[in-house]
Amino acid sequence: MDNSREVAQTETDAALRTRALESLLVEKGLLTTDIIDEVVQKYEQDVGPLNGAKVVARAWSDPDYKRRLLEDGTAAIAELGFGDAHGSKIVVLENTPSVHHVVVCTLCSCYPWSVLGLPPSWYKSYAYRSRVVREPRAVLREFDLDLLDSVEIRVWDSNSDLRYMVLPERPAGAEDYTEEQLVLLVTRDSMIGVAKIELPAK
Amino acid sequence: MDGIHDMGGMHGFGPIIREENEPLFHHPWEGRVLAMTVATPVPIPGGSRNNIENMDPAHYLSSSYYEKWLHSRIKGLIDAGVLTQEDLETRMALFRDHPNAETPVHPNPTAVREELKRSRPANPLPQQVDIQPQFSRGDRVRSRNIHPTGHTRLPRYARGKYGTVTNFYGIYNLQDAELPTECATRQQPLYAVRFDAAELWGSTAETKSAVYLDMWESYLEPA
Repeated sequence: MDNSREVAQTETDAALRTRALESLLVEKGLLTTDIIDEVVQKYEQDVGPLNGAKVVARAWSDPDYKRRLLEDGTAAIAELGFGDAHGSKIVVLENTPSVHHVVVCTLCSCYPWSVLGLPPSWYKSYAYRSRVVREPRAVLREFDLDLLDSVEIRVWDSNSDLRYMVLPERPAGAEDYTEEQLVLLVTRDSMIGVAKIELPAK
Repeated sequence: MDGIHDMGGMHGFGPIIREENEPLFHHPWEGRVLAMTVATPVPIPGGSRNNIENMDPAHYLSSSYYEKWLHSRIKGLIDAGVLTQEDLETRMALFRDHPNAETPVHPNPTAVREELKRSRPANPLPQQVDIQPQFSRGDRVRSRNIHPTGHTRLPRYARGKYGTVTNFYGIYNLQDAELPTECATRQQPLYAVRFDAAELWGSTAETKSAVYLDMWESYLEPA
Protein backbone atom coordinates (compact mmCIF):
# COMPACT_ATOMS: atom_id res chain seq x y z
CA MET A 1 0.00 0.00 0.00
CA ASP A 2 1.38 3.38 -0.95
CA ASN A 3 0.57 5.80 1.82
CA SER A 4 3.53 8.12 1.21
CA ARG A 5 1.24 10.97 0.18
CA GLU A 6 -0.70 10.67 3.42
CA VAL A 7 2.48 10.49 5.50
CA ALA A 8 3.91 13.56 3.75
CA GLN A 9 0.66 15.41 4.44
CA THR A 10 0.76 14.56 8.16
CA GLU A 11 4.39 15.53 8.23
CA THR A 12 3.68 18.97 6.80
CA ASP A 13 0.87 19.43 9.26
CA ALA A 14 3.11 18.55 12.22
CA ALA A 15 5.85 20.88 11.01
CA LEU A 16 3.35 23.70 10.50
CA ARG A 17 1.67 23.10 13.84
CA THR A 18 5.04 23.08 15.58
CA ARG A 19 6.10 26.33 13.95
CA ALA A 20 2.78 27.96 14.88
CA LEU A 21 3.06 26.73 18.48
CA GLU A 22 6.64 27.95 18.80
CA SER A 23 5.77 31.39 17.45
CA LEU A 24 2.84 31.69 19.88
CA LEU A 25 4.93 30.66 22.89
CA VAL A 26 7.70 33.07 21.93
CA GLU A 27 5.17 35.83 21.35
CA LYS A 28 3.66 35.23 24.77
CA GLY A 29 7.10 35.42 26.29
CA LEU A 30 6.95 31.87 27.67
CA LEU A 31 9.98 30.76 25.69
CA THR A 32 12.63 32.28 23.52
CA THR A 33 14.01 30.82 20.33
CA ASP A 34 17.38 30.72 22.08
CA ILE A 35 16.05 28.46 24.82
CA ILE A 36 14.57 26.07 22.27
CA ASP A 37 17.81 26.01 20.26
CA GLU A 38 19.75 25.36 23.45
CA VAL A 39 17.64 22.35 24.46
CA VAL A 40 17.83 20.83 20.97
CA GLN A 41 21.59 21.31 20.94
CA LYS A 42 21.92 19.77 24.40
CA TYR A 43 20.37 16.50 23.23
CA GLU A 44 22.13 16.57 19.86
CA GLN A 45 25.57 17.17 21.33
CA ASP A 46 25.88 16.71 25.06
CA VAL A 47 23.48 14.12 26.44
CA GLY A 48 23.82 10.68 24.93
CA PRO A 49 24.92 7.12 25.60
CA LEU A 50 28.52 8.27 26.03
CA ASN A 51 27.49 9.36 29.54
CA GLY A 52 26.30 5.85 30.35
CA ALA A 53 29.41 4.35 28.75
CA LYS A 54 31.60 6.38 31.10
CA VAL A 55 29.58 5.12 34.08
CA VAL A 56 29.97 1.50 32.92
CA ALA A 57 33.70 1.84 32.23
CA ARG A 58 34.25 3.36 35.67
CA ALA A 59 32.28 0.53 37.31
CA TRP A 60 34.38 -2.07 35.46
CA SER A 61 37.59 -0.32 36.50
CA ASP A 62 36.82 0.54 40.10
CA PRO A 63 35.12 -2.12 42.29
CA ASP A 64 34.36 0.47 44.95
CA TYR A 65 32.57 2.67 42.43
CA LYS A 66 30.65 -0.35 41.15
CA ARG A 67 29.46 -1.13 44.66
CA ARG A 68 28.27 2.47 45.11
CA LEU A 69 26.63 2.42 41.67
CA LEU A 70 24.60 -0.70 42.44
CA GLU A 71 23.66 0.60 45.89
CA ASP A 72 22.63 4.10 44.84
CA GLY A 73 22.76 4.64 41.08
CA THR A 74 21.65 8.27 41.22
CA ALA A 75 24.44 9.32 43.58
CA ALA A 76 27.18 7.34 41.83
CA ILE A 77 26.14 8.68 38.43
CA ALA A 78 26.13 12.21 39.85
CA GLU A 79 29.77 11.66 40.89
CA LEU A 80 30.62 11.67 37.19
CA GLY A 81 28.62 14.85 36.65
CA PHE A 82 25.52 13.30 35.09
CA GLY A 83 22.05 13.68 36.46
CA ASP A 84 18.45 13.77 35.45
CA ALA A 85 16.90 17.18 34.87
CA HIS A 86 13.62 15.84 36.21
CA GLY A 87 15.23 14.47 39.33
CA SER A 88 14.44 10.87 38.45
CA LYS A 89 16.23 8.27 40.50
CA ILE A 90 18.29 5.83 38.51
CA VAL A 91 18.55 2.18 39.46
CA VAL A 92 21.44 0.22 37.93
CA LEU A 93 20.95 -3.50 37.20
CA GLU A 94 24.00 -5.72 36.90
CA ASN A 95 24.07 -8.36 34.18
CA THR A 96 25.97 -11.51 35.07
CA PRO A 97 26.57 -14.87 33.36
CA SER A 98 23.44 -16.21 35.07
CA VAL A 99 21.07 -13.20 35.18
CA HIS A 100 20.26 -10.92 32.25
CA HIS A 101 18.29 -7.67 32.71
CA VAL A 102 16.41 -5.84 29.97
CA VAL A 103 14.48 -2.57 30.26
CA VAL A 104 11.20 -1.40 28.69
CA CYS A 105 8.34 1.00 29.35
CA THR A 106 5.12 -0.66 28.25
CA LEU A 107 2.84 2.31 29.09
CA CYS A 108 4.80 5.06 27.34
CA SER A 109 8.53 5.29 26.64
CA CYS A 110 10.28 6.09 29.93
CA TYR A 111 14.04 5.92 29.45
CA PRO A 112 17.09 7.09 31.45
CA TRP A 113 17.74 10.22 29.38
CA SER A 114 20.54 11.55 31.57
CA VAL A 115 22.75 8.53 30.92
CA LEU A 116 21.53 7.24 27.54
CA GLY A 117 20.13 10.34 25.81
CA LEU A 118 16.90 10.09 23.83
CA PRO A 119 15.58 6.58 23.12
CA PRO A 120 15.90 4.96 19.69
CA SER A 121 12.70 4.47 17.69
CA TRP A 122 12.59 0.73 18.29
CA TYR A 123 12.48 1.29 22.05
CA LYS A 124 9.37 3.43 21.55
CA SER A 125 7.81 1.01 19.04
CA TYR A 126 4.55 -0.77 19.77
CA ALA A 127 6.25 -4.07 18.91
CA TYR A 128 8.98 -3.72 21.55
CA ARG A 129 6.65 -2.32 24.21
CA SER A 130 4.07 -5.06 23.75
CA ARG A 131 6.35 -8.04 23.24
CA VAL A 132 9.40 -7.85 25.47
CA VAL A 133 7.44 -8.43 28.69
CA ARG A 134 5.72 -11.48 27.24
CA GLU A 135 8.47 -13.08 25.16
CA PRO A 136 11.83 -11.57 26.10
CA ARG A 137 13.84 -14.50 24.71
CA ALA A 138 12.19 -14.23 21.31
CA VAL A 139 12.69 -10.46 21.29
CA LEU A 140 16.36 -10.73 22.28
CA ARG A 141 16.89 -13.30 19.51
CA GLU A 142 15.64 -10.65 17.07
CA PHE A 143 18.46 -8.50 18.42
CA ASP A 144 20.82 -11.43 17.69
CA LEU A 145 21.16 -12.18 21.37
CA ASP A 146 20.44 -15.86 21.93
CA LEU A 147 20.64 -16.52 25.67
CA LEU A 148 20.95 -20.00 27.10
CA ASP A 149 17.85 -21.41 28.81
CA SER A 150 19.90 -21.54 32.01
CA VAL A 151 20.21 -17.73 32.03
CA GLU A 152 17.41 -16.05 33.93
CA ILE A 153 15.86 -13.06 32.16
CA ARG A 154 14.49 -10.18 34.21
CA VAL A 155 12.44 -7.61 32.31
CA TRP A 156 12.06 -4.24 34.06
CA ASP A 157 8.93 -2.32 33.09
CA SER A 158 9.67 1.32 33.99
CA ASN A 159 6.19 2.19 35.19
CA SER A 160 7.05 4.76 37.90
CA ASP A 161 9.40 7.75 38.06
CA LEU A 162 12.43 5.53 38.59
CA ARG A 163 14.68 4.94 35.61
CA TYR A 164 16.63 1.77 34.92
CA MET A 165 20.02 1.31 33.31
CA VAL A 166 21.79 -2.01 32.75
CA LEU A 167 25.41 -2.54 33.74
CA PRO A 168 26.54 -5.00 31.05
CA GLU A 169 29.14 -7.72 31.60
CA ARG A 170 32.72 -6.76 30.88
CA PRO A 171 33.71 -8.76 27.80
CA ALA A 172 36.38 -11.43 28.03
CA GLY A 173 39.62 -10.27 26.47
CA ALA A 174 39.28 -6.68 27.72
CA GLU A 175 41.16 -7.28 30.97
CA ASP A 176 44.05 -5.04 29.97
CA TYR A 177 41.97 -2.19 28.60
CA THR A 178 42.27 1.22 30.21
CA GLU A 179 39.12 2.96 31.40
CA GLU A 180 39.25 5.22 28.33
CA GLN A 181 39.46 2.20 26.03
CA LEU A 182 36.58 0.52 27.85
CA VAL A 183 34.36 3.57 27.31
CA LEU A 184 34.62 3.03 23.55
CA LEU A 185 33.41 -0.58 23.85
CA VAL A 186 30.15 0.17 25.63
CA THR A 187 27.09 0.34 23.40
CA ARG A 188 23.73 1.95 24.03
CA ASP A 189 21.92 -1.32 23.40
CA SER A 190 24.00 -3.12 26.03
CA MET A 191 22.83 -0.57 28.62
CA ILE A 192 19.18 -1.19 27.67
CA GLY A 193 19.85 -4.91 27.91
CA VAL A 194 19.22 -6.01 24.32
CA ALA A 195 22.88 -6.68 23.55
CA LYS A 196 26.08 -7.99 25.07
CA ILE A 197 29.38 -6.29 24.52
CA GLU A 198 31.86 -7.96 22.24
CA LEU A 199 35.40 -7.02 21.41
CA PRO A 200 35.88 -5.79 17.85
CA ALA A 201 37.13 -8.60 15.59
CA LYS A 202 40.87 -8.45 15.21
CA MET B 1 -7.52 3.92 31.93
CA ASP B 2 -7.68 0.67 30.02
CA GLY B 3 -6.42 2.40 26.89
CA ILE B 4 -4.51 1.62 23.72
CA HIS B 5 -1.29 2.92 25.34
CA ASP B 6 -1.30 0.00 27.81
CA MET B 7 0.45 -2.35 25.40
CA GLY B 8 2.35 -4.78 27.60
CA GLY B 9 1.64 -8.32 26.40
CA MET B 10 -0.50 -7.40 23.40
CA HIS B 11 -0.22 -9.52 20.27
CA GLY B 12 -0.11 -8.39 16.69
CA PHE B 13 2.50 -5.64 16.41
CA GLY B 14 4.92 -7.76 14.42
CA PRO B 15 8.72 -7.77 14.43
CA ILE B 16 10.81 -5.02 15.99
CA ILE B 17 12.10 -2.77 13.25
CA ARG B 18 15.50 -1.23 13.88
CA GLU B 19 16.94 1.62 11.89
CA GLU B 20 20.65 1.60 11.11
CA ASN B 21 22.42 4.84 12.07
CA GLU B 22 19.19 6.38 13.19
CA PRO B 23 19.30 10.17 13.46
CA LEU B 24 18.33 11.71 16.81
CA PHE B 25 15.49 13.56 15.11
CA HIS B 26 13.96 12.48 11.80
CA HIS B 27 12.64 16.01 11.13
CA PRO B 28 13.73 19.35 12.56
CA TRP B 29 10.26 19.99 14.05
CA GLU B 30 10.69 16.97 16.34
CA GLY B 31 13.57 18.66 18.15
CA ARG B 32 11.49 21.83 18.52
CA VAL B 33 8.64 19.79 20.04
CA LEU B 34 11.01 18.10 22.48
CA ALA B 35 12.46 21.46 23.55
CA MET B 36 9.05 23.10 23.92
CA THR B 37 7.84 20.16 25.99
CA VAL B 38 10.85 20.22 28.26
CA ALA B 39 11.27 23.99 28.58
CA THR B 40 7.81 25.58 28.52
CA PRO B 41 7.19 26.69 32.11
CA VAL B 42 3.54 25.68 32.12
CA PRO B 43 2.53 22.37 33.71
CA ILE B 44 0.06 20.33 31.69
CA PRO B 45 -3.24 19.99 33.57
CA GLY B 46 -3.81 16.29 34.26
CA GLY B 47 -0.33 15.45 33.01
CA SER B 48 1.27 14.98 29.64
CA ARG B 49 0.84 11.21 29.61
CA ASN B 50 -2.83 11.49 30.41
CA ASN B 51 -3.39 13.64 27.31
CA ILE B 52 -1.62 11.06 25.17
CA GLU B 53 -3.59 8.18 26.68
CA ASN B 54 -6.84 9.99 25.96
CA MET B 55 -6.11 10.29 22.25
CA ASP B 56 -8.53 8.44 20.01
CA PRO B 57 -7.00 4.94 19.70
CA ALA B 58 -6.71 5.14 15.90
CA HIS B 59 -5.04 8.54 16.20
CA TYR B 60 -2.70 7.19 18.89
CA LEU B 61 -1.62 4.25 16.73
CA SER B 62 -1.06 6.32 13.59
CA SER B 63 0.82 9.14 15.32
CA SER B 64 4.57 9.17 15.73
CA TYR B 65 6.19 9.66 19.14
CA TYR B 66 6.74 13.39 18.67
CA GLU B 67 3.29 13.88 17.11
CA LYS B 68 1.88 12.52 20.37
CA TRP B 69 4.03 14.94 22.35
CA LEU B 70 2.93 17.84 20.16
CA HIS B 71 -0.71 16.88 20.63
CA SER B 72 -0.24 16.64 24.40
CA ARG B 73 1.62 19.96 24.68
CA ILE B 74 -0.98 21.83 22.62
CA LYS B 75 -3.90 20.33 24.52
CA GLY B 76 -2.14 21.12 27.81
CA LEU B 77 -1.55 24.75 26.87
CA ILE B 78 -5.15 25.15 25.75
CA ASP B 79 -6.42 23.52 28.96
CA ALA B 80 -4.14 25.79 31.00
CA GLY B 81 -5.64 28.81 29.27
CA VAL B 82 -2.34 29.88 27.72
CA LEU B 83 -3.61 29.68 24.13
CA THR B 84 -6.76 28.80 22.23
CA GLN B 85 -7.39 26.43 19.36
CA GLU B 86 -8.28 29.50 17.33
CA ASP B 87 -4.89 31.14 18.09
CA LEU B 88 -3.21 28.05 16.76
CA GLU B 89 -5.38 27.67 13.65
CA THR B 90 -4.93 31.35 12.80
CA ARG B 91 -1.19 31.13 13.16
CA MET B 92 -1.03 27.92 11.10
CA ALA B 93 -3.06 29.60 8.36
CA LEU B 94 -0.65 32.55 8.40
CA PHE B 95 2.37 30.29 7.91
CA ARG B 96 0.54 28.16 5.34
CA ASP B 97 -0.26 31.21 3.23
CA HIS B 98 3.00 33.01 3.93
CA PRO B 99 5.71 30.42 4.41
CA ASN B 100 8.34 33.15 4.74
CA ALA B 101 6.43 35.15 7.35
CA GLU B 102 8.57 36.25 10.23
CA THR B 103 7.60 35.07 13.69
CA PRO B 104 5.85 37.99 15.36
CA VAL B 105 7.43 38.84 18.70
CA HIS B 106 5.59 40.97 21.21
CA PRO B 107 7.09 40.14 24.56
CA ASN B 108 5.17 41.32 27.57
CA PRO B 109 6.90 40.01 30.68
CA THR B 110 4.28 41.31 33.12
CA ALA B 111 1.48 39.52 31.32
CA VAL B 112 3.56 36.36 31.22
CA ARG B 113 4.12 36.40 34.95
CA GLU B 114 0.41 36.87 35.59
CA GLU B 115 -0.40 34.08 33.16
CA LEU B 116 2.01 31.73 34.89
CA LYS B 117 0.63 32.49 38.31
CA ARG B 118 -2.84 31.73 37.00
CA SER B 119 -2.09 28.56 35.08
CA ARG B 120 0.42 26.89 37.37
CA PRO B 121 -1.41 24.47 39.66
CA ALA B 122 -0.46 24.51 43.29
CA ASN B 123 1.69 21.41 43.34
CA PRO B 124 3.08 21.01 46.85
CA LEU B 125 6.67 19.91 47.15
CA PRO B 126 7.15 16.41 48.55
CA GLN B 127 7.66 16.63 52.27
CA GLN B 128 9.62 14.43 54.57
CA VAL B 129 7.03 12.06 55.89
CA ASP B 130 7.13 9.33 58.44
CA ILE B 131 5.35 6.52 56.67
CA GLN B 132 6.09 2.94 57.61
CA PRO B 133 6.10 0.59 54.63
CA GLN B 134 3.60 -2.20 55.10
CA PHE B 135 5.64 -4.72 53.12
CA SER B 136 9.24 -5.77 53.21
CA ARG B 137 11.60 -7.62 50.93
CA GLY B 138 10.54 -11.20 50.38
CA ASP B 139 6.85 -10.64 51.15
CA ARG B 140 4.33 -12.33 48.89
CA VAL B 141 1.83 -9.80 47.52
CA ARG B 142 -1.03 -9.65 45.06
CA SER B 143 -1.52 -6.66 42.79
CA ARG B 144 -5.00 -5.21 42.94
CA ASN B 145 -7.38 -5.79 40.09
CA ILE B 146 -8.26 -2.14 39.52
CA HIS B 147 -9.67 -0.55 36.37
CA PRO B 148 -9.70 3.22 36.93
CA THR B 149 -10.93 5.34 34.03
CA GLY B 150 -8.25 7.97 34.74
CA HIS B 151 -4.47 7.77 34.54
CA THR B 152 -2.81 4.84 36.31
CA ARG B 153 0.69 3.37 36.25
CA LEU B 154 -0.45 -0.18 36.94
CA PRO B 155 -0.48 -1.95 33.56
CA ARG B 156 -3.34 -4.30 32.77
CA TYR B 157 -1.13 -7.34 32.32
CA ALA B 158 0.06 -7.04 35.92
CA ARG B 159 -3.28 -6.67 37.70
CA GLY B 160 -4.58 -9.32 40.07
CA LYS B 161 -1.26 -11.19 39.93
CA TYR B 162 0.86 -12.73 42.66
CA GLY B 163 4.42 -11.54 43.10
CA THR B 164 7.24 -11.00 45.55
CA VAL B 165 8.59 -7.74 46.94
CA THR B 166 12.27 -7.46 46.01
CA ASN B 167 13.04 -3.89 47.01
CA PHE B 168 11.69 -0.87 48.88
CA TYR B 169 12.61 2.37 47.11
CA GLY B 170 11.25 4.99 49.51
CA ILE B 171 8.21 7.26 49.56
CA TYR B 172 6.93 8.53 46.21
CA ASN B 173 3.84 10.37 45.04
CA LEU B 174 1.24 8.10 43.48
CA GLN B 175 0.70 9.30 39.90
CA ASP B 176 -2.79 7.92 39.40
CA ALA B 177 -5.58 10.40 38.74
CA GLU B 178 -7.77 8.73 41.33
CA LEU B 179 -6.61 8.34 44.90
CA PRO B 180 -8.00 5.06 46.27
CA THR B 181 -10.67 5.76 48.91
CA GLU B 182 -8.73 4.00 51.66
CA CYS B 183 -5.66 6.21 51.05
CA ALA B 184 -5.21 9.40 53.05
CA THR B 185 -2.24 10.62 51.00
CA ARG B 186 -0.59 10.32 47.61
CA GLN B 187 2.72 9.80 49.37
CA GLN B 188 3.20 6.08 49.48
CA PRO B 189 5.92 3.49 49.79
CA LEU B 190 7.16 2.35 46.39
CA TYR B 191 8.42 -1.21 45.91
CA ALA B 192 9.97 -3.34 43.21
CA VAL B 193 7.82 -6.45 42.78
CA ARG B 194 8.82 -9.52 40.85
CA PHE B 195 6.20 -11.43 38.87
CA ASP B 196 7.22 -14.79 37.43
CA ALA B 197 6.51 -15.14 33.73
CA ALA B 198 4.20 -18.13 34.32
CA GLU B 199 2.04 -16.04 36.69
CA LEU B 200 1.59 -13.40 33.98
CA TRP B 201 1.42 -15.50 30.84
CA GLY B 202 0.35 -18.95 31.98
CA SER B 203 1.41 -21.93 29.93
CA THR B 204 2.69 -19.71 27.10
CA ALA B 205 5.37 -18.16 29.35
CA GLU B 206 8.99 -18.52 28.32
CA THR B 207 11.29 -20.47 30.63
CA LYS B 208 13.18 -18.82 33.45
CA SER B 209 11.99 -15.27 33.12
CA ALA B 210 10.25 -12.69 35.27
CA VAL B 211 8.95 -9.14 34.98
CA TYR B 212 9.73 -6.51 37.61
CA LEU B 213 7.40 -3.56 38.14
CA ASP B 214 7.42 -0.55 40.45
CA MET B 215 4.43 -0.76 42.74
CA TRP B 216 3.00 1.91 44.98
CA GLU B 217 1.64 0.41 48.17
CA SER B 218 -2.00 1.04 47.20
CA TYR B 219 -1.47 -1.24 44.17
CA LEU B 220 -0.77 -4.16 46.47
CA GLU B 221 -2.46 -6.38 49.00
CA PRO B 222 -0.94 -9.10 51.18
CA ALA B 223 -1.05 -12.58 49.66
